[in-house]
Amino acid sequence: MPRLSRRSLLAGTAGAIAASTLAAPFVRAQPAPIRIGVLHSLSGTMAISETTLRDVMLMLVEEQNKKGGVLGRRIEAVVVDPASNWPLFAERARELISVHRVSAVFGCWTSVSRKSVLPVFEELNNILFYPVQYEGEESSRNIFYTGAAPNQQAIPAVDYLMNEEKVQRWALLGTDYVYPRTTNRILDAYLKSKGVAADDIFVNYTPFGHSDWQSIVAQVKRFGSAGKKTAVVSTINGDANVPFYKELANQGIKATDIPVVAFSVGEEELAGIDTGPLVGHLAAWNYFMSVDTPENKAFIETWHKFIRNPRRPTNDPMEAHVIGFNMWVQAVQKAGAPDPDPVIDAMIGVAVPNLTGSIAAMMPNHHITKPVLIGEIQADGQFNVVWQTRGTVVGDEWSDYLEGSKDLIADWRAPMRCGNFNVRTGRCGGQG
Amino acid sequence: MLRALIGDRAVVAVAGFVLAGAIVIAFANQALPPTHDLHASIFAVGLIGKYLCFALLALAIDLVWGYAGILSLGHGVFWGLGGYAMGMHLMRLIGPRGVYGHPVLPDFMVFLNWTELPWYWRGFDQVWFALLMVVLVPSVFAFVFGWLAFRSRVSGVYLSIITQALTYATMLAFFRNDMGFGGNNGLTDFRELFGFSLRDDGMRVGLMLASALAVVLGLALCRLMVASRFGKVLIAVRDAESRVRFLGYRPEAYKLAALVVSAALAGIAGALYVPQVGIINPSEFAPTFSIEAVIWVAVGGRGTLAGAVVGAVLVNALKSWFTTAMPDLWLFALGGLFILVTLLMPKGVLGLISSLPAAFLRRGVIAAHPA
Amino acid sequence: MGLLRPLVLSLALLIFGALGQVPAARAQHGGDDPVAAIAAASGFDELARAIDRLAVSGHPQALAVVEALRAGTLGVRAADRALLWRDGEGRFRDAATGAMVEGINPREVRPIRVNNRVRRSLDAALGALQLTSPDPRIRLAAAERVFRARDPEAIPALEAQIARETDPRIRRVMEGARAAAVLASDRDVAAKVEAVATIRNRYDLDARGLLASVRDQPPEVMDAAAAAIRAIDRHLALVHAAQDVVFGLSLGSVLLLAAIGLAITFGVMGVINMAHGEMVMIGAYTTFVVQDWIRDSAPQLFDISLFIALPLAFCVAALAGVVIERTIIRFLYGRPLETLLATFGLSLILQQAVRVLFGPNNREVGNPSWMSGSIELFELTLTRNRVAIILFGFAVFFALLLVIRRSRFGLEMRAVTQNRRMAGSMGIRTPWVDSLTFALGSGVAGLAGVALSQIDNVSPNLGQGYIIDSFMVVVFGGVGNLWGTLVAAYTLGIINKLLEPFAGAVLGKIAVLVLLVLFIQVKPRGLFPLKGRAVEA
Repeated sequence: MPRLSRRSLLAGTAGAIAASTLAAPFVRAQPAPIRIGVLHSLSGTMAISETTLRDVMLMLVEEQNKKGGVLGRRIEAVVVDPASNWPLFAERARELISVHRVSAVFGCWTSVSRKSVLPVFEELNNILFYPVQYEGEESSRNIFYTGAAPNQQAIPAVDYLMNEEKVQRWALLGTDYVYPRTTNRILDAYLKSKGVAADDIFVNYTPFGHSDWQSIVAQVKRFGSAGKKTAVVSTINGDANVPFYKELANQGIKATDIPVVAFSVGEEELAGIDTGPLVGHLAAWNYFMSVDTPENKAFIETWHKFIRNPRRPTNDPMEAHVIGFNMWVQAVQKAGAPDPDPVIDAMIGVAVPNLTGSIAAMMPNHHITKPVLIGEIQADGQFNVVWQTRGTVVGDEWSDYLEGSKDLIADWRAPMRCGNFNVRTGRCGGQG
Repeated sequence: MLRALIGDRAVVAVAGFVLAGAIVIAFANQALPPTHDLHASIFAVGLIGKYLCFALLALAIDLVWGYAGILSLGHGVFWGLGGYAMGMHLMRLIGPRGVYGHPVLPDFMVFLNWTELPWYWRGFDQVWFALLMVVLVPSVFAFVFGWLAFRSRVSGVYLSIITQALTYATMLAFFRNDMGFGGNNGLTDFRELFGFSLRDDGMRVGLMLASALAVVLGLALCRLMVASRFGKVLIAVRDAESRVRFLGYRPEAYKLAALVVSAALAGIAGALYVPQVGIINPSEFAPTFSIEAVIWVAVGGRGTLAGAVVGAVLVNALKSWFTTAMPDLWLFALGGLFILVTLLMPKGVLGLISSLPAAFLRRGVIAAHPA
Repeated sequence: MGLLRPLVLSLALLIFGALGQVPAARAQHGGDDPVAAIAAASGFDELARAIDRLAVSGHPQALAVVEALRAGTLGVRAADRALLWRDGEGRFRDAATGAMVEGINPREVRPIRVNNRVRRSLDAALGALQLTSPDPRIRLAAAERVFRARDPEAIPALEAQIARETDPRIRRVMEGARAAAVLASDRDVAAKVEAVATIRNRYDLDARGLLASVRDQPPEVMDAAAAAIRAIDRHLALVHAAQDVVFGLSLGSVLLLAAIGLAITFGVMGVINMAHGEMVMIGAYTTFVVQDWIRDSAPQLFDISLFIALPLAFCVAALAGVVIERTIIRFLYGRPLETLLATFGLSLILQQAVRVLFGPNNREVGNPSWMSGSIELFELTLTRNRVAIILFGFAVFFALLLVIRRSRFGLEMRAVTQNRRMAGSMGIRTPWVDSLTFALGSGVAGLAGVALSQIDNVSPNLGQGYIIDSFMVVVFGGVGNLWGTLVAAYTLGIINKLLEPFAGAVLGKIAVLVLLVLFIQVKPRGLFPLKGRAVEA
């Protein structure tokens, strides 16, 4: 028995080692393709959002290769599945970079997945394009943030409600994680700076996947009966939205009484809800599928052809990947090589058209310029743009409304080359 | 004692293999140039280190499940608490190098507006204190829980279900940002440990070797425990608790001791895991993770210490391969594996293998002496 | 807001007044035609003002235009800026006359978009235009709209209608609406104080909100409003406490539905069925498939879609249960902990299978119209879907009780679980009974899935969210005791909902879990433990 068990062990561990070395570099063909990594969860809880982004990346690569690739070389996408498991994100990122030798990675959705891979990208000096709106408070040399920072989503939305809907009382509802926490803190400070009293702000956090919204919706209703126009600012995440909106509709909260503006509800999320009772509730994004521009029309057409389903919606993070990928292609051409260092330097200042008719430019803080659009939910599950910023807004990585971060700026150009430069002390490295 | 230690040859073999394998990998990474065919990448080192941490966790579960009959569906709690204790130490070691440059507070506290360090974070800047907590926090937690549960004779299915509730409640609690453990983002962006940079290849190899050593020591400790008089009583409790009680033993004391040791081992495993993967987050408390860990044991062979280690490494190696090669099929494979193992291999891989030679021999004998 | 609209209105009147009175006959032409103004409006504010004017213009087509705008069928023809709307049959009609217009290319008609500002004007206009509707339900809704609009201009119309109104309930709402309008008007103090009292008598949040928004009024009115708010708050405090209990009942019925199938598979058979949640999920997806088919093939059946889905969901889940029992569970009887591992594996497979079949995204399951909205009962707002689920939970529970207590199958089932060998020797086919019992438990879980599809996501993760709660309910109530499950579900639901306003949703849930764990230490076999020999088995 011992002999054989030893052999079984050998097999087991050998399998493990094989797993890690299987993907050893292949014999190179001429000219070698440029590889990019796609790091999106294809299983587990986040698959619901991230699978689409993988598909978009594959489509973009295919389209680019039809145009002859980049620098005369084909682009090859390496797809891995981090399975919604945060440590696995770091492991897969390392695999992409050190085993598959990719030149850049497009991936992540949740903040925690980004935080998990950040040290890997810095250690191995590679590039990550992060396509989702997030809480800010970060600027890494190796990450390009193509989603919105809070000032590109939350603050314009609140301004809209304040000016157009004359809202005076605010219920900030969110899922208890870092994005809603930070966004709500920024909004709290911002609203108070606009003269809103502390009594007129109601903050509530719920766990992930919260499904029983009876009490909270009733609380909001009570909160809204103080004689001042009230609005809900929702940073409720993913799955919890469907029961939330259902409860809202059933308890009779209409958009004309208490409008809800959401930052995490897009076309994909609405696809799972009967939107009839939600007409008029709002969302703030930098892209809507309903935006009527030639670029968007062409994109939707290509997407539907690629995915072979004319009913699949498009959404904001997809646009972010389109922008990020086009920026990367341009930067590689500008740098003349796909290697991370020259590309990182070449990225700043690269400008590509976005899908809503303006230009997205990469700023020195590794965030991009975006227009902010406010849309109202329509009965068909699309958004009707009711307001948009004149021109584009630059992403602000360090919020001006938070105590610890208002003195910080990021500028990755020479000579500063710093992600957290303190303008008060004149030193790189936060407050110190 | 030595005889007890080498009494189970499977354990000796596995321990030897783990140690030798780890040293070979370490050598192949450090001494061979990257161009060499047998060079082990740092990615492989990290992978092996991770498997070894899982193996130690599986060992901890096997000790209580295989030998004391306690099916804990909440060992993720002990694993996670150990991991958080280590994570807090690593957070404190970042010091003023966080993005905000605050001299004491970790980044997530700065931007969530904490003004001072909560009391339970104090002391974690000291290595000895953190290492003590890695063992102490899970043990004390296990002690309190076990004392309550075993005293009132909660057992079997009921115990499994409340351990599951416990890990679920812990997960919800750690998800709360108000708890001061970083909420969903958890603890991350670690820099160094014992004065060595965590981004250094040598440090990674060191951690992998440490994990291997921990598995070997864990095997030795568990082997000593189960081979001793204590272990015999424990097994008796597993098989017929009432009879043991009527013989004048106090089963709850034995079960409690086993649970506490097991929790400490799980805590150590978690603590070794965190610096290697670079993050600890409440999803380590997810009930499904704890159940998965139980399955590693079942696959390897419940009640055989070697089996736990083999099962953990085997399932996780399969998972690594499957989720890269066929991500869509992975859950089918994993689920199918669980069903097949429980239906067809109640003694796990190790049991299957050990029953093979006997079968072959018997057949051989029959063939040699036809009737 | 309340003051803004009259202001805008009077401003508009002033301007038009300065331009000179335009005879009504000529209003069909020129810029002051209320219908043409809608076509000409640029920007939402202008559109809203145009609607306000249309509402008081007495234009014969006003109601049709307002309804078309609300439905999103009103459009402008690009060529001549003519205003057109599409009726139910998809034909175009001229907005100014209501006459049918032939030969319109739908592509040429650009629909007029509205926003919340415009929708509020539309609501107010609809209220004013429908006050005289012969249908009492429409009148009631109209009166509520006018109450919200607080438009002093509406007072004469309201007074005329109040005098005519026969339904006392509608009259009360209209009087409230009149009072709200009076409060916003420039009437004298006495009238306003009286209006405050009328509004107070509604004793609801809308009245409170309206009274709290009273500003810049004489001190008597302000005092009266403050006193009225205090009175409403005292009244509402009681209502809200009752409301929390109702919320608890509703949560309890969700827990009951989720757990009741498990009370059979786990409670009666002793199978730790980790795939129970997936049986619920199967029920929910069956509902989706039924509704999807109805949407495509027979939209008129939508309101009874759930009644079609219920038996199907039961059958599909029960069938899955039989297959699972025959292929897996039956080899594991007497080894409960191993059923746990095997069924956990099974749950992973089922989840992934659904993910492959239906995609990882949420699927849309709609509420039938009779389950949308809410009803008022003793001043409590009860959402219809929750009420339906509470009733459904009871129905399922008692039906199950009846099957177990009164039917032959129930008798055999109890016999087998109490003493398998004895039952076998009495001629009961025990394996057959095992299969049917597991099928029953699974089928009931499928029924729960139909109900849960009405309030939660229909996604591959649906079952996962309920599995731990379900086990807690069964263990808390006492394994093998259906009444225990009922009591446990409602107790947990109500405790959770009473804790939530103080502790918040997360802490509330943690507190319930910890209390449960502690409770099990005190009573290891739950609230209502089975007595006798069965315990030792």
